[in-house]
Order: sequence, then structure tokens, then C-alpha cells
Amino acid sequence: MSNLVLKIKNVSKQYRLGELGTGTFSHDLKRWWCQIRGKDDPYLTIGIENDRTKSGGDYVWALRDVNFEVNHGEVLGIIGRNGAGKSTLLKLLAEITSPSKGEFYIKGKIAALLEIGTGFHPELTGRENIYLNGAILGMSKSEVDDNFNEIVEFSGCQKYIDTPVKRYSSGMLVRLGFSVAAHLDTDILIVDEVLAVGDLEFQKKCIGKMQDVSKSGRTVLFVSHNMASISNLCSRCIVVDKGSVVFNGNVNNAIEYYYKSINSEVKKISLKDRKDKKGLGQVRFSNLELLNSTNSSINCGDRLQIKAVIKNFTDKKIRIYPSIIIYDSKGLRLLALSALLLNKSFDIENNQEKEIIWTWDKCFLSPDEYYCDLYMVGGEMNRDVQDEVQHGFYFKVNSGDFFNTGIINENLDKVCAEFSID
Amino acid sequence: MSKNDELIHFDRIVSSKSQWLIFDLKKIWSYKDLIILFVKRDFISLYKQTILGPIWFIAEPLITMIVFTFIFGFMANLDTSSIPKPLFYLAGITMWNYFSECLIKTSNTFINNRSIFDKVYFPRIVVPISIVISGLLKFSVQILLFFIICIYYFIAHNSININVVILLFPLLILIMAGLGLGFGLIISAITTKYRDLRFLIEFGVKLLMYGTTVVYPLSMAGNYKWIILANPMTSIIETFKYGIFSKGVFDWYYLSYSFIFMIIVLFLGFVIFSKTEKSFIDTI
Repeated sequence: MSNLVLKIKNVSKQYRLGELGTGTFSHDLKRWWCQIRGKDDPYLTIGIENDRTKSGGDYVWALRDVNFEVNHGEVLGIIGRNGAGKSTLLKLLAEITSPSKGEFYIKGKIAALLEIGTGFHPELTGRENIYLNGAILGMSKSEVDDNFNEIVEFSGCQKYIDTPVKRYSSGMLVRLGFSVAAHLDTDILIVDEVLAVGDLEFQKKCIGKMQDVSKSGRTVLFVSHNMASISNLCSRCIVVDKGSVVFNGNVNNAIEYYYKSINSEVKKISLKDRKDKKGLGQVRFSNLELLNSTNSSINCGDRLQIKAVIKNFTDKKIRIYPSIIIYDSKGLRLLALSALLLNKSFDIENNQEKEIIWTWDKCFLSPDEYYCDLYMVGGEMNRDVQDEVQHGFYFKVNSGDFFNTGIINENLDKVCAEFSID
Repeated sequence: MSKNDELIHFDRIVSSKSQWLIFDLKKIWSYKDLIILFVKRDFISLYKQTILGPIWFIAEPLITMIVFTFIFGFMANLDTSSIPKPLFYLAGITMWNYFSECLIKTSNTFINNRSIFDKVYFPRIVVPISIVISGLLKFSVQILLFFIICIYYFIAHNSININVVILLFPLLILIMAGLGLGFGLIISAITTKYRDLRFLIEFGVKLLMYGTTVVYPLSMAGNYKWIILANPMTSIIETFKYGIFSKGVFDWYYLSYSFIFMIIVLFLGFVIFSKTEKSFIDTI
């Protein structure tokens, strides 16, 4: 127990839905009256669980009875879908807002990086903003002094350090902001997905810095959608869903759990009923299925065919380039089967449907569950995104006789490839 | 682990239960660098890309003084109890401006700094404190202008009659800052949820100026004197004028009224502000 630096105990957070107006005032009065008499807030007993798809109710629980502990030196990953309550959790831990119920205990200094370059003032120079931003994040002037040269060097903005930051490019701003944040010296660091910024070179630099931080024995809480960086950096991971912690433990298991929960949702909801489709929508995927299979699963080594039905909703002919992007159960992107790569397009007549079939003669994916993002460009400019569905299709590969030797390949390789040994 | 063990092991507890007025002075002190930087930021950014720069600090009261002298002094011919008209108005304007700036800027604390408050935690009171301090910088430049004009009148017309009451000047500043801050804190807390007050403040403060003795002496108020004196700013401006010109009203009774008023408002402001800062971000 002596190793604990953070303990979250029965923390809940309730938000009021809808607009604030005259109704709010009467609720406030009632709440205030209860407070005076020493009673509990009457509105804390109501409210629905955090589920975007359901409507109704004035109050919602963004978080409900969250419990977990963090040990010193741990790098804890926090994953979950958009709107699951991750950001609310971070805001509570960062003390930006306070919990509706419950409490948490902190040992040591805590700092949160929910945004890069908070409080940058456009009229001030880079130098002035380093001090300002550092102080906002909780650094004293002498701390910034000590690290000043490193910060400037890390950001790569030496030349512009005495220029007002309004003249900076957005990339430079991000670099400057991250550089200040990276030199924060706190016991517990909370990082929101700030790594997904800047150019590739700088992103690598950031990941490297994060690894340094985690190796230096500090405690880090890291929220991301990027499973690769989660599994790279974290020593433990929790999954948040609908306002509760649904998994807490090993990183790989957590990621698997996360994708399984998404997959089960994908399996439940048919493509037609999905409400989170993006794109112009003149043409959309209306159905996908795996041919020659039962329960959308095939064996490794079998012929794999995915049939998509694509519908044109307009009164004119549209030329499209459809793609399927395949991920494994841990969220690792494997490959894109894009018509653009083959420079192949399809014309769909007005208000008609068309069937398109992707074919692999031999499925070389190893036994696992796979899900696919659907993506389609096309239309007048040939470049409009028409349809984009995350995890729009799912299939399963069972172990099979890939090499036609009668030996069922059960090993854990990601892919099988034909080869010979002479 | 029992509750007691937790209290021993951890440094800090963040709980849903609201605590009454816990202003951790040590914590605020640890953010002193931030206060200084905020003051610096306000000061620098205000007049960047202007040619005259900080001269604008004195242009504002100077121009107002000229307009007031013309309208209230010559056109309306209001009495100034034989104090030189420009000085009479400038004294009132300078004092009133500091109070109103503290009040208006503090009352917008949460709304104007929402983007920062939404991302980083630091004691929110840091912002109002820095507002009062940067207001003080501006005020000291303006009061310097006032004293320079005083010296001119002293040499040219010998119409200045400074007395010992002027030694209360630091106390006057303290009361003004406290009043502006206190009112501002209360209003800022309420505006996080109900924006109605914001409109009221916009013109209310301007109108309230006519409820103090900025453009007329207290003696002109007649039977309504008590209304004017109910405004805690009145005795401050009166005391200041009395200290410089030995004219007008100076009364310990009025001044202590303002002082006690300030203490109450400031205390209320702190309580309400500290209750609000915990979760205002949900409602703003």
C-alpha cells in the first residue's frame, strides 16, 4: 500500500443536459434549500448512464462509481470510446472540476497536460510565452530558468525565440508548447492525446520524451486512442466504457477487451442502422458479407471473398473508389484493400445498387478476429469522401491448413506466406 | 485501508463535499510567479503595436477630464467647492476608474479565461489578484499625472492646500481595490451560470459613477446626501479630495463605513468565489 500515489474512490460525475435557463434556477433553489437543511442533493439520485445513443433525462452520469489505484512509477493507460468518460476523468484528476460524489487521494505534485500551449498569448514573444506557459502549468520562474535552454533547443525555435508567437506557424507553436510541457517536473503527470500533433519527426521526439519520463520513475496517466503508443508506453491499462471502469490490468488484455467490446457492438448493429457514418453520403456501403462462409468466419488458407453492396442515392451516375481497411483484434492496422491502389473505379448508375467483390485466393491472416473500416471516395471531383464507417465489417479467421500439408497452423504469427526451402 | 491510514499516506484529498472558505495562502504564494507573469502579460500585450504605448494610460483620464470640465464645469456650471475644475474632475475620475476597472475585469474572470481554466488547474484567485495589481500599475501612472498637474496649480495659482489626511492615501487604495475585487468576485461567480448580471454591470458601473462625488461635491446632494454616502466609494473620493484641497467632507465615521463595507464584500466574494471555482467549468 505504501507505494500508492493515487487512489480513486467511488468517484462519480453528473452533468446537466440541455440548455441552462430558467429551469436551472428552480433546480438551483431546490438544491440550495436541501443543502441548508443538511440533506443530500436531490438531483444526485437521478440521471441515466452515459450512453450517447439513448435520449431522455435531464441529468447524465458521465462517470459512475469509478475506483482504481495507481502505484508509484506506473504508466497507466486509459482507453475507451469517444464519450466514454475519459476526458471527464482527466478533468477531475486535474482538478479542473470536482466530482459530484466520491473522493480521490493524491500523493505528490500532480500536473495535467490536456492541451498544448495553454495560455499562449499571441502578442508575447516565444521567450515570454515559455515563462507564462510554464507558470500556468505550475513551474516556478527558477525552474523555467534552469530548463530554459533545453526547452528552446527541444522545440527547435531558437531563431524565433524573440518574435511574437502570432508570427509562428501552427507547427512551431505546438513544438514550443510541448517542449515546455515536457520539462515539467512533477510526481504524477496526466497526459491527454497531445502526442498526435506536429510532424512525424517531432512526434517521434515526443514519444521518445514520454518514454524517458516513464523510465525516470515518475507516474504517468496516459489517455490515447493510439493503441500502438499505449502498448509501447504503458505498464497497465484501464478501459472506460459508459462512465465506468470495465477493465483494469495487463495492457494487451485491455486493448483486446476494448476491441472486443467494440466488435460485439459492430456485430449487433447492422451497417444500415449505424448513425456515426461520415462522408458526403451520395453513395454508401449498404451491406457487406463474407462469401462461402458460415458465421462470417473462414479458415486460414481458404479463398476469401468480401462482397459489398454499394448504393447510389442520387439521380446521376457516380464514379467511386471503394476501400476496405483491415485491423486485427488489437487494433493494429494491417492493410488497406483500396481501389485507388489498383487504380480501379466503379460507375454506379443513378439510384442503383452495385455489387463489388474483393478476392484473396488464399487468406494469409492468422487465426484472429478482424474488423474493417469502410472508406469510399468518388463523386464529381473524384476526391470527395462519400462514405466512411469505422469498424463497419467484421470477420473471423479460424486456424487452417495454409500450406496444404495437412498440418494445421496454430502458431501465433500475424500472417502466413508461401515460401520454399531448398 | 482505513480512512485514517489514507489520511496519513496521502498528501491531499479531493472530495465532492464542499468546504467553507479554504483559501490556501501557501498555495497562492507558490503561484506568485504566475501572478507576476499575468501582470506583465496584461501590461505588455495591451499596448503592443501602438505608437504611443503607455501614454494611452494618461490620455484616457486626461481627455475625460477635458470633456467633464467643459460639460459639467462650464456648460452645466456645477459647483466644485472652489477647487480648480480640471483637478476636481481628474481626482474623481482617476479614483473611480481604478475601482471600476477592478470590478469589471474581475467580474469577467471566469468568462474571459475559460479556455485556460478548462485545461489547467491553478488557484483561480490568481487571476483576480493579478487584475488588481495590473490595475494598480495603471493607476499609479494616472495618479502621477494628477500630482504633476497639482504641482502646476500649486506653483501657478497657489490653489492647492495639502493636509495630513493625505497620509490615508494608501488606505484609500486598499479599500478601493478591496471593494472592486470583492464585488467583482461575487459577480464573476454568479455570471458563470447566469449571464444576466453581465449586462447590468456593463452600464451599471458607468451609471454608478454619478452616484458618487466624481462630477459634483457632496454639498450639492442636499437631502439625498445619505444615498450618495451609502455608496462606499463616496467617502474614499471625498477623503482624497479633502487631503489634497482641504475642501469637502472628511469624517472617520464615513471612512470606517467604507472600510467595514469593503471587509464584508471581500469576505463574501472570497467565499462565493471559492465555492464556484471548484466546478464552474460545468456550467459556464
